[in-house]
Amino acid sequence: MDFLVFQYPMITVQACLDGILLGVLFALIAYGMALQWGVMNIINIAQGDLVILGGYIAYFMYLYGIHPAWGVIVAPVIMYFVGIAIYKLVINKVVDRDLFISILATFGISILFMQLMNFAFGADVVLANSGYGTTMLFDSNVVLPNSKIFSAFISILFAACLVIYMKKSKLGRAIRATAQNARAAKILGVDTEKVYAATFGINAALCGVAGALISITFTIHPYMGLPYTIRSFMIVIVAGLGNLPGVAMSGMGLGVFEEFADYILGTEFRIGSVFLLLVLILVYRRFKLSRKREYLK
Amino acid sequence: MNKNNLILYSGILIFGLAAPFLFPAFKVQLSMLCVLIVLATTWNIQGGEMGYNSFGNILFYGLGMYLCASVQVGMFFPLAEWTESGGEKTFVHTPTQFFQGMAAGLLVAAIVPTIVAGLIGYSILGLRGHYFAICTLGLGVAAGEISGGIEIIGAGQGFTTPPFPDVGSLEARGEFFYFLSFFTLILTFIAVRSIYSTRFKLILNAIRDNEDKAEAMGIETMKYKIIGWMISAFFCGLAGGIMGGLVGYIDSTDVAFDGREMGVFMVLMAILGGKGTLWGPIIGATVFHIFKEGFWTFFLGWQYVALGVLIVVIVIYFPEGIMGWLREKYPERFGEVVDEKDRKAQVELK
Repeated sequence: MDFLVFQYPMITVQACLDGILLGVLFALIAYGMALQWGVMNIINIAQGDLVILGGYIAYFMYLYGIHPAWGVIVAPVIMYFVGIAIYKLVINKVVDRDLFISILATFGISILFMQLMNFAFGADVVLANSGYGTTMLFDSNVVLPNSKIFSAFISILFAACLVIYMKKSKLGRAIRATAQNARAAKILGVDTEKVYAATFGINAALCGVAGALISITFTIHPYMGLPYTIRSFMIVIVAGLGNLPGVAMSGMGLGVFEEFADYILGTEFRIGSVFLLLVLILVYRRFKLSRKREYLK
Repeated sequence: MNKNNLILYSGILIFGLAAPFLFPAFKVQLSMLCVLIVLATTWNIQGGEMGYNSFGNILFYGLGMYLCASVQVGMFFPLAEWTESGGEKTFVHTPTQFFQGMAAGLLVAAIVPTIVAGLIGYSILGLRGHYFAICTLGLGVAAGEISGGIEIIGAGQGFTTPPFPDVGSLEARGEFFYFLSFFTLILTFIAVRSIYSTRFKLILNAIRDNEDKAEAMGIETMKYKIIGWMISAFFCGLAGGIMGGLVGYIDSTDVAFDGREMGVFMVLMAILGGKGTLWGPIIGATVFHIFKEGFWTFFLGWQYVALGVLIVVIVIYFPEGIMGWLREKYPERFGEVVDEKDRKAQVELK
């Protein structure tokens, strides 16, 4: 245990800034999850694995001499089609079924992806070096890699673009209509099947962007997917479906929490503390609701 | 118990007792099969009968595994030094110490998870549906990650369970663990079977079908949910303790709290066989184990790919499982009254 955090205020500043920049990325992934949860009522356990796959796309561009930042453009395009393919093969068969079935089916996809990535890319921890350098703040007491700032900026950009797209475009309106009431939307001539496919594709594309950014700023590994799923699930249940500012805020909050957990408890408990936080949040909400004789649904 | 059942049960019992001598090469596999059946059957108590689909029973399994091994070592030697020495054996259990330790360890491994389930049950079982599933998933993974950071039980480098003592026969280890797991299986089966013939099972089914209504009928659902979960935890801990000794090595995320493998296996086996039936999980576990071992042997390296595909296929195409399929095909055997005319009419309609 290390209480440096309390002795040196600059470490606190460092952890907060790191956490916020990281949290923006989490919020982007959570936004994708909220989107397809709201529209299709499916919890996608493979979310994190889609992120990691997006990361590997950027990493491979880096290996072949292209600057990994271009992965931000390429990864979502590829991941969009991967998402559509997953939808056509699996998800459309579980859309209307019991939620547990969809959880288990996406768990299967998650294991499949994890292992295929392990075969294809090896079990090493990799990162795509962007060569952006670092920024020093406060007499070089706080060190921020420029890649983190870049990734936060790009995440916000993509999220903003998507919000505008959902508001203005025809498909965006169709998606929102389907989320509100799928049957009514169908009656009014919305091809819900297409909307579902597009939603899943957009979700996968967002994951692709986030993955590419993660491969630049942090590291990626085939087995790292599940924590990202859990983080985005947590952010969504804290913020509530369809609450975008809430998603952004709770994403950053989670990022800061993780950085502090890292400093105080030690790196080996970082992932554990995330999962434990999920349990605590769910239990807290359960007790809060049970006072009103309601429950989470 | 009617005559057919008696023949069936005695047949299985005789086969079970003779199996290690008939197939001496497969003793470890057979013991694992017994453990898997125990896990699937007890998952079914709250997953199938109660409708609370948990990914978190792995928590009790892993807890039991660590506890059994820790007690077995800690009763006679300093635990910290044991884990520090890792694979090098500075301490050796005598046969008496080994068996005493195992007995005490299994007792602790069964009781402590039950208490844990009782303590966390009130909080966790208030969640419903997918929130419960995700919460328990988080619980299982968190336990794995946290135990991987605790020094005294080996942290990241793992924990070697006490090796089987030299009792003069090379076959003794396999036979000991086989009979241990087989008797646990029998114990589980008897317990579950007697539970399923009581009002308790009906209450669990009522909770599954409509919890609000069950509560409105005056059933204290929370109490029964916790009891159901505690029964699961008891047998999961026991199974974990046996498995720890059988495997001989405990790693936090790959053996004990292996949510990716065992945690999903128990759900999958129960679904494959048919949720909410007595025999479903048993059949499911047997089929799954045979399939898995075949695949693990002949397509080494591709097993997880196969597992992923298998999960997706089972979930999408066989959500009712083998028993559900049989029930559809031979409803008379399951005590359902079939109107022959009605059935024919339905066939014509199709």
